[in-house]
Amino acid sequence: MMTKYSKAALLIAVFSMAACSSGPELQMQDYPEPVFSAERVLPADAEARTASAVYDPWSGMNRRIYNFNYHFDRYLFLPAARGYQNVTPDFAEEGVSNFFDNLRDVNTFLNSVLQLSGTKSAQSLGRVAVNTTVGILGLFDAATYFGIPRPEEDFGQTLGYWGTGPGPYLMLPVIGPSSLRDGIGLIPDTMVNSYLKDEIFHEDWVLAASLLDAVSVRSRVTFRYYETGSAFEYDTVRWLWSTKRELDIAK
Amino acid sequence: MLKLSLLRSCVVGLGLLLATSSWGATEEYGYPIKDKYVATVVGTPTEYMADLPDKIPFKTRRALIFPDRQVPDAFFYDREMLYSVALQRKAAPLIFLIAGTGSSHNGSTNKEMAKAFYQAGFHVVSLSSPTFSNFVISASFTGVPGHAEHDAEDLYRVMEHIHGLLLEVDKLEITGFNLTGYSLGGFNSAYVSKLDEERKSFNFDRVLLINPPVSLYNSISLLDRMAENIPGGIDNFNLFFEDLLRGFGELYKRADSTVDSGNFLYAAYQALDLQDEQLAALIGTAFRLSSGSMVFASDVMTDFGYVKPRGMKLDRYSDLAPFSAVVHRLGFTDYYHEYFYPFYRDYEDAGSRDAFVQSESLTHIQDYLRNTAKISVVSNEDDIILEPGEIDFFHDVFGDRAKIYPYGGHCGNMSYRDNVAHMIDTFTR
Repeated sequence: MMTKYSKAALLIAVFSMAACSSGPELQMQDYPEPVFSAERVLPADAEARTASAVYDPWSGMNRRIYNFNYHFDRYLFLPAARGYQNVTPDFAEEGVSNFFDNLRDVNTFLNSVLQLSGTKSAQSLGRVAVNTTVGILGLFDAATYFGIPRPEEDFGQTLGYWGTGPGPYLMLPVIGPSSLRDGIGLIPDTMVNSYLKDEIFHEDWVLAASLLDAVSVRSRVTFRYYETGSAFEYDTVRWLWSTKRELDIAK
Repeated sequence: MLKLSLLRSCVVGLGLLLATSSWGATEEYGYPIKDKYVATVVGTPTEYMADLPDKIPFKTRRALIFPDRQVPDAFFYDREMLYSVALQRKAAPLIFLIAGTGSSHNGSTNKEMAKAFYQAGFHVVSLSSPTFSNFVISASFTGVPGHAEHDAEDLYRVMEHIHGLLLEVDKLEITGFNLTGYSLGGFNSAYVSKLDEERKSFNFDRVLLINPPVSLYNSISLLDRMAENIPGGIDNFNLFFEDLLRGFGELYKRADSTVDSGNFLYAAYQALDLQDEQLAALIGTAFRLSSGSMVFASDVMTDFGYVKPRGMKLDRYSDLAPFSAVVHRLGFTDYYHEYFYPFYRDYEDAGSRDAFVQSESLTHIQDYLRNTAKISVVSNEDDIILEPGEIDFFHDVFGDRAKIYPYGGHCGNMSYRDNVAHMIDTFTR
């Protein structure tokens, strides 16, 4: 078991080293001045007027992973998600997604406890209890029907709650935007989730269950790489994602 | 209990009677937001929306419009043009939808329109605005968007291409062609319809222009002036934008899971207590963000040297933040004067600057619009992209074919149930 997680840690270490290999800087002075240059348009104190730039020292590597994710999405992940949606009736898709969400609610419960939040601990524990029983092993989301809110807490947020800053921005393969803190946070969350899957499924089916979970999640996320219509998408996604995480931690 | 319900049905009956007898004379328009800026930003609250299906088979597709085009590596992902379709399983009329400035084929407005038309029995083909960067890169012949006639040529080429695919690949049975678009897409629709009179590939049955600008230059000037409402001036664009998002973020933090997303903007507007100046600044900012993407894409395609130094090659890993900072500082009118007009002046005989501005308008083709019964227009008295008096152009030129609502701002009332009913009725009566 342990090897799986040490592999993940190794992966992260390799990425941090690869980070040094970012592309060459563009040298503006080697070219004729455009109609509107930064010198002409921006105020002298432009830096001061730009709030909250996200710390992204591994930008070179991150952009390459961003690019990889686009291709992975386009040629593998999205076709799989579409195929899954085409062959699965809507109610079954719902059931699958409810089932795996119920497992994630266990993570939320553990992290809520670690963040000393009574309300969220009660809500997430209540959800797991109701959905596992009344909701028939989590296939139906009875808890939402009964009006129990669904908080989402992960170990990255728990670290944030106890004062750990996000660290460098980190683009994860397949998974997408993250930070060093949240990337590390994925390790215990994944361990818990895998433990549950190991307990529930026969050994031969654990991998299939995890793939089904991934495809089900992807089929519900509407984000598509490079389809926002902005050439500045990498920067926008980085800022929006970092801001959202900040808010999620404060929430 | 019985008495009460009896009383209630009497009152309702009486109300109905009164309503029908006085129809026309005191016809009340029920769209709930009377402030033009609020309407533009917030749109239609959920309970006032038309009853449309949640899900339709709205699929994204790709088309290679210029197979020989060398697309710069920075835009490697935009080689093909993206569009969406929702197709009936039987023979049906087809409608093309054209999105507004900077908006995509699958933006929320086009998606809502697609639902309405699909429900009404149309094959729907949804197109991005020629000002959407994917369109600029993959489907614009000149690479410089916003030109009435060139945009129409580009759209027409794309429509013919898609039509071919629908016949060959989907074996679709199409009983007739229709066309509509909102905002700049409405303006585009007028010029595409005019082009179709010569080319005759479609012979459109009906064309509807929804909240179009009358003069492009007037409308972009209005939008630029709105952005000037940013507190502390345009130099504070970034701070203003981030503050705004942070405001939304605070709401997001407070919001419980019961607030439905359709009403989030309305709730946000109420909670943040935004004044008209701030709303105007917000609208100006939104347009500036989308124009920034468009202008940069165009600059990279033509190597004009507007914000990117001429000759500089960008690849897919380049850090574009320095250009983002500059391009978002500039307005539509900067683009118009320093890039758009100079480009077309050199590209073809575009005439004097004033003549060029005059020609980029519906006024320029008013004879065609006046004499073409299949074209109608929908607008609002308080549309914020129209100069005072421009609304009269619609009454004058379109006569009975103009439907002007008393309020709704710019496209704010498009999803309101009466508006949707009118939109569908225009194509089905």
